[in-house]
Amino acid sequence: MASKVIHAIYNDDDILMHAVKDVRAANYHIEEVYTPFPVHGLDKVMGLEPTRIAITSFMYGLVGLAVAIIMMNFIMIEDWPQNIGGKPSFSYIANMPAFVPIMFELTVFFAAHLMVITFYMRSKLWPFKKAENPDVRTTDDHFLMAVDAGNHDIEKLTQLLHNTGAIEISLIDNDEDH
Amino acid sequence: MYTLPSKLKLFAIIFMVVGAIGIVTGFLTAPGSTAEVKEMMADHHGDDHASEASHAVTIDSHGESHNETTVDASHAMEQAGEHGENAHDSEEAHLEHTLHQMQNRPWSALYIACFFFFMIALGALAFYAINYAAQAGWSPVLFRVMEGITAYLVPGGIIMFVLLGLSGFHINHLFVWADPEVVAHDKLLQGKAGWLNGTALMIRAAIFLGGWFLYRHFAVKFSRESDNEDGNTSFKKTFRISAAFLVFFIYTESMMSWDWLMSFDPHWFSTLYGWYVFAGMMVCAITTIAMVAIYLKSQGYLEFVNDSHIHDLGKYMFGFSIFWTYLWFSQFMLIWYANIPEEVTYFVTRIEDYKLPFFGMLAMNFIFPVLLLMNSDYKRVNWFVVLTGIVVLAGHYINLFVLVMPGTVGTSWYIGIPELGALCFFFGLFVFVVFTALTKAPLLVKNNPFVKESKNYHY
Repeated sequence: MASKVIHAIYNDDDILMHAVKDVRAANYHIEEVYTPFPVHGLDKVMGLEPTRIAITSFMYGLVGLAVAIIMMNFIMIEDWPQNIGGKPSFSYIANMPAFVPIMFELTVFFAAHLMVITFYMRSKLWPFKKAENPDVRTTDDHFLMAVDAGNHDIEKLTQLLHNTGAIEISLIDNDEDH
Repeated sequence: MYTLPSKLKLFAIIFMVVGAIGIVTGFLTAPGSTAEVKEMMADHHGDDHASEASHAVTIDSHGESHNETTVDASHAMEQAGEHGENAHDSEEAHLEHTLHQMQNRPWSALYIACFFFFMIALGALAFYAINYAAQAGWSPVLFRVMEGITAYLVPGGIIMFVLLGLSGFHINHLFVWADPEVVAHDKLLQGKAGWLNGTALMIRAAIFLGGWFLYRHFAVKFSRESDNEDGNTSFKKTFRISAAFLVFFIYTESMMSWDWLMSFDPHWFSTLYGWYVFAGMMVCAITTIAMVAIYLKSQGYLEFVNDSHIHDLGKYMFGFSIFWTYLWFSQFMLIWYANIPEEVTYFVTRIEDYKLPFFGMLAMNFIFPVLLLMNSDYKRVNWFVVLTGIVVLAGHYINLFVLVMPGTVGTSWYIGIPELGALCFFFGLFVFVVFTALTKAPLLVKNNPFVKESKNYHY
C-alpha cells in the first residue's frame, strides 16, 4: 500500500531539534530522522526507547565467563590433570589464579564481539547492503526529517514544517515500507 | 555557608569518647607477662592443649624455616617468625612469642585505623589535584567538599607521625626492623638497615607529610582567594602547584607505602605495592567524597550537585575498585605462580591465618561494587551509592588489616574492642574535623573558570 511521506530538510541540528519537538507536539508521526552525525538528545526528543544493548553485552559476558570456566575445568582438571610445573590440578579452585587471565579475556571477547554482532543485526547492517538514503546530502551537512503524511492535511503539515525552519519540503510516494 | 549541626558534633564526640574508651581498654587488657598469657590461653582454649603435640605446622616465613609445634590451626599460637629467629619448641619461647603478639594488637589496631582515615584524606587530596590538573569540567561544585575532607590530612598526619615515631624508635614492637636485638641476628635486616631505621623513617615521613601539607595549604588558600578576585590568577596558580604536587605525590606515596605498610614484613618486597596502596586509597577517597556530598545534598546545602555528579563519582568508585582488584590480583598471581619461597610466605601466612578477611575483602572490594555499580541507573540512586560505599570502605579497612596484622600480631588477631575502638575514635575525629572544615568557606567555589560548566553538568 503506497503511503505518502513528507521530507523536510534542515541545515542545522539545533533547528532540527526544535522542529522535532514542534512536530511531535502537533501529534504528527515522525518516521525517521537522517543526520550526518550523532545529534545529542535527538533520541530523547523523538521519544525513542533507551537501548538495551548494554544488557545483552552483560549477558554475553556471563556466557564467555561460563565458556572459559567449563572449557578449562574440562581440559585441565577433568580430562587430563597433569602435573605441569607443580601447579595444583586437583580442583578448579586450586589452580584458579592461572585461569583468571583467560576467564577475563573470554568474558571481554564474548561481551564485545557478540554485542557488536547484535548491533549489526538489530540495525540491519551488513556488507553489500543497499544504502537507505533518501538524500545524499544527509551524509554531509543536511538533516532530513521524514514525517508520515497519512490522512493529514498536507497543506497544514507543510505550513507547520515551513514554520519550523525547513529549507526544503517535498512530498514523496513511499512504495517500499522499510 | 554551612554550619555544623550540634547533633553532628555530638555524634562525632560520642564516637571519639567511645572509641577512646575502646582504645584504652585494648591497652589495659593486653597481657603484661607470659604468666598472664598462659592464663588467657587456658581460659580460651581449655583442654585443647592435649592435642598440641599431634599437630606440627611448618610455616616458612621470611625465608627461614620454623618448626613449631602448635595447637590446631584455628587458634594456632605461633606467628611466622616475627623475630626471624628459630623459635624453639619450648613452652616459654612460645608464650613469649604470643605475649609480643598480644601486646602489639592494640598498637596495630590504632595504627590501622589511623592510617585508614589518613589515607582517605590523602586520596581526596590527590583526586583534588587531578581534577585541577585535568581541568575537569564536572567537579568544581565538589571542590569545597574535597577541601573539607583533605582538612583531616593535618591532624591525621600528625597522629600518624607520632605513631610512626613510637614504632620506628621501638617504643612499641610494631616494626620488627626497629628492634636492635632482632637486627643483630638478622643478615637481611642488617642489609636493609640503611633504609629501614628510625631516624631515616622519621626524616622521610617529615618530607612526605611536609610536602602534602604544603600543597594542601596553598591549594585551599588559592581556592579561597579566587572567590574574591576577578581574573584567573589563583586558578592558574592552583593548576601549576597541582601538577607539581602530582609528580611529588606519586613518588612519595610509593615510598610511604614501603615505609608505613610494607616494612611490617621487612623480609618481603613487592614492586607494585605502592600502586596497590594508591588504588585502595583512591577508592576510599572517592567513596568518601560521594558520601559526604550525598549527605550535604540531603541536608539541602549543595544546590548544584545533581545526580550526574553522583553518577560520575559512582563511575570512579566502580573503576577504581576494578583497578584495585587488578593490582591485588597481579601481585597475588605473580607470586602464587612463581611460588618463590621468600616471596610466597607473605601469602601463605595470610591464606592460612586470615582466610576469611583475606578473601572476604576481595568480595567486598570487587564483586560487590562491580555488580551494584555496573548499571548506569543505579549509580544515580543515592542510597545505592551509599550502600556500596559502606561495603567498599569496610572492605578497604579489612584490606589494611590484612596488610598490617600478619606482620605484627600474626595468629593472635581478632576484630574486637581495640580494633573497633580505634576505628570509632578516628571516625569521630574524621567527622569532626571534616565537617568543621566545611563550615570555613562557602560550599560553592566562585570564579572558577569551570564552575558554570560544572553547575550545568549533565550526563
